[in-house]
Amino acid sequence: MEDPTNKENKPCACGSAEGSDKASRRDFLLKLGVGLNVVAGGLVAVPILGYALNSFAEKPDLQWIDLGPIDQFGEGTTRLAVYDNPLKRSWDGGTAEIPCYVRRTTGEDFTVFAINCTHLGCPVRWFEESRLFMCPCHGGAYYEDGSHASGPPPRGLYTYEHKIDTGRLLIKGGILPTLANPNV
Amino acid sequence: MSKTPHIPLQTQAMEAARGVFLWLDDRLKITNLWEHTGGHMIPKSSASWFYVFGSATLLCLMLQLVTGTLLAFVYVPSGAEAYSTLEYLTYEQPLGWFLRAMHYWGSEFMVTIMFLHMTQVFLFGAYKYPREITWISGCILMLVTLGLAFTGQVMRFDEDAYWGLGIGAAIVGRVPFIGEQLVHLMLGGPIIASETLSRFFAIHVFILPGTILALVALHLRMVLTKGINEYPKPGQVVVKETYEKEYAAIIKKEGIPFAPHGIGKDLFAASIVIGGILFCAAFFGPKGPTAPPFPANTDVVPRPDFFFMWIFAVAALMPDWMETFALLAVPPVVILVLFALPFFNGTGEKHFSRRPVAVIIVLLVYTTFGVLTYLGITSPWSPEMRAWTADITPESRVLGRSPLELQGLIVLQNKQCRNCHAIEGIGGKRGPDLADVGMRLTVPQLARQVIQGGGNMPAYGKNLSPYQVDALIAYLSSMVPPGRQPAQDSTIPSKPEPETAQLNLQ
Repeated sequence: MEDPTNKENKPCACGSAEGSDKASRRDFLLKLGVGLNVVAGGLVAVPILGYALNSFAEKPDLQWIDLGPIDQFGEGTTRLAVYDNPLKRSWDGGTAEIPCYVRRTTGEDFTVFAINCTHLGCPVRWFEESRLFMCPCHGGAYYEDGSHASGPPPRGLYTYEHKIDTGRLLIKGGILPTLANPNV
Repeated sequence: MSKTPHIPLQTQAMEAARGVFLWLDDRLKITNLWEHTGGHMIPKSSASWFYVFGSATLLCLMLQLVTGTLLAFVYVPSGAEAYSTLEYLTYEQPLGWFLRAMHYWGSEFMVTIMFLHMTQVFLFGAYKYPREITWISGCILMLVTLGLAFTGQVMRFDEDAYWGLGIGAAIVGRVPFIGEQLVHLMLGGPIIASETLSRFFAIHVFILPGTILALVALHLRMVLTKGINEYPKPGQVVVKETYEKEYAAIIKKEGIPFAPHGIGKDLFAASIVIGGILFCAAFFGPKGPTAPPFPANTDVVPRPDFFFMWIFAVAALMPDWMETFALLAVPPVVILVLFALPFFNGTGEKHFSRRPVAVIIVLLVYTTFGVLTYLGITSPWSPEMRAWTADITPESRVLGRSPLELQGLIVLQNKQCRNCHAIEGIGGKRGPDLADVGMRLTVPQLARQVIQGGGNMPAYGKNLSPYQVDALIAYLSSMVPPGRQPAQDSTIPSKPEPETAQLNLQ
C-alpha cells in the first residue's frame, strides 16, 4: 500500500476533495465493519466455548450411593460390587454400571477400592488365593490392603470415600479416578 | 440444419458436444485448472516407483471417507446402542461386515503407507529447501491420521475401546495442575460414558476429516507451487541461492506433465493398494468387536490397536520415575524436532548415500518401533490371568517328587504363582521361568524371595502358612535340570574352615 507506484491500490483515482471524502467514508466503514465483527465474533465465541468447554470447568456434585446392606460383605473378604453411576444418562447403557472392590476386614472396617489401576487405568482383578490385585495391562500388582506390591503403578489403589448408615454401605462415586483426582 | 442433411449424425453430435464443452470451459476454466493441477510439469526422474506413496495414502483417505460415511448410515454413537449396531453391521446388514473390514484395513493401509511416504521423503531429502511447508503440513497430516486411527478404535465401542479411553484418561490425568479438568474435557464428563463416545464420534467424523481435507489441500498446493522433489543424485547439493533456478532448469529440460505422462506408476500402485485392502477385508474380515463395553466385567485384557502397541510397550518398560515426563513431554519435543527439521537441515546433500546419519536414524526408528510393537503384542510383563487354573505342569515336573514337594506344587498352582512364572515356558512371563530355579537359588534365598518378595515380586509372607512355605520351597529346590547341581551358597564353605586353610597352604 505504501508503494507510490502502485496506483491501483488507491481507493480513488481522483484527487479531488469529494474523492478523499469518499475514501475516508470507505475507510470508516471498513473499520466499523471489522470492529462490529470482532464484537459479533466475541458474542458467538462465548456460547460456543461455554458449550464445548463445559465439562472442563464443571465440578460434578457427588451424592452418596448405596452399595447395599453390609451383611453381604463377609468379614475378612474382598469382593466386587457394582453401582449405577449417579450421573448417568438414559443412553449410557452398560457403561453406567461401575465396578468397585469392597474389602471388609472386621466389623464395620471397610475399604472400597476403585477398579482402575493407578498406572494407566486398566481394570485390576482380585485373586482371593494369593490375596493380590493384578493388572492385566502392564503387570501392576497390589496387596489386599490396596498398597503397591509390584510393577509400574506409582501408588496404591484409589479408594472411595465411604460410610455406614443404618447397616448399609454408602460410597461417593461417579468420577473416573486418575492421578490428578485420586479421591473418587 | 435441415439444409445440410449430408453431414453424418455422428459429426453433428461431436460438434454439439464440443460446443457444450467449450461453453463449460469458458465458464468454469477447466483446461486452465487442469494445466495448473493434474497436468502440471514434473521432473521426468520424479515419475519413480519411490514416489507413489503419497498418492497411495491419499487414495486410502478417499476410500476411508467413502466407507466411513457408509458405516455412519447404520452406526449409532450411543453408549447403549453402539455395540448392538456394530453387531448388526457385522452379522445382519448385507455387506456390513465387508464395509467394516474395508474401513479397518483401509486405516491400517493408510497409516502404513503414510509412514512409508514419510520415510521416503526423509531419505530423499524432499523436506529440504524450499519445501519446508510441504514437510510441516505432512507432519501435521501424520498427527491427524494417527488421531483418526485412535478415535476410530473408540468407534468400535467394545471393552478394548472402553479401557483404551481409560488409559487415555490416565495419561491426560498426569498433566500438572489442570489434569483433572482435561480428563473431564476429554471424557465429556467425570467418567467414561455415552457423552465420551458422542464426543469421539464428532471428532472422528467431523473435526478430524475436515481438518485432514484442509491439510491435504495445503499439502498438494505446496507440491504445485514448489514442485515435486527431483530424484536426488549423490553430489547434487541444495544451495538456497541457486536451487529454484536449478529446479526450473530441470523442468524446462526434462519436464513432463504429471497427468498423463507421470501418473502411470501411481495408478499401478493405487490398484495394488485397493487390491490389498479388498483382499485383507475379504480374507481377514473386520476387527472385533470384542466383548461389550461393560466395565463391570473384569475378565478383560485390554490391548490397543496395532499402531499404538509401541506406546503400550513403552508404558510397561519405562522406569517409574520418568514415566510422566516421557508420556507428556517427549511427544511435543519429538514433534517440534520434526517441524524444525527443514530449518536446521534444509540444505546440502539429498541422496541417502551421502547422508549416513539419516539412514541410521531410519534404521534405529524402524528397529525401535518394530521391537516395541513385538513386545507390545507378546507383552511378557503382563500376568497370564488364567495360567493358574488352565496351564498344565509338565510330567517330568511331577514324577518322582516326594509328598511334601507335591504339596508345594499345589501351593504354587493355587497361589497364582504360575500367572507370572512359567514352568518350561508354560505360564506367565513376568517373572523368571521356574524350571531351573533350584539351580539358581539356594533354600534360604528361595525362602527370602517367597516371604519378602523383591525384584518386582510381591511378598507372600502374610498369605502363606509356614507349612505352605516349607512345601513350596521343597518343590522349588527340586527344580534342578538333570545333570546340574543345586545352587550352593558361596559364602558358606562346604568343608570346615581349618581344612580349607590347610588346602590353601598345600
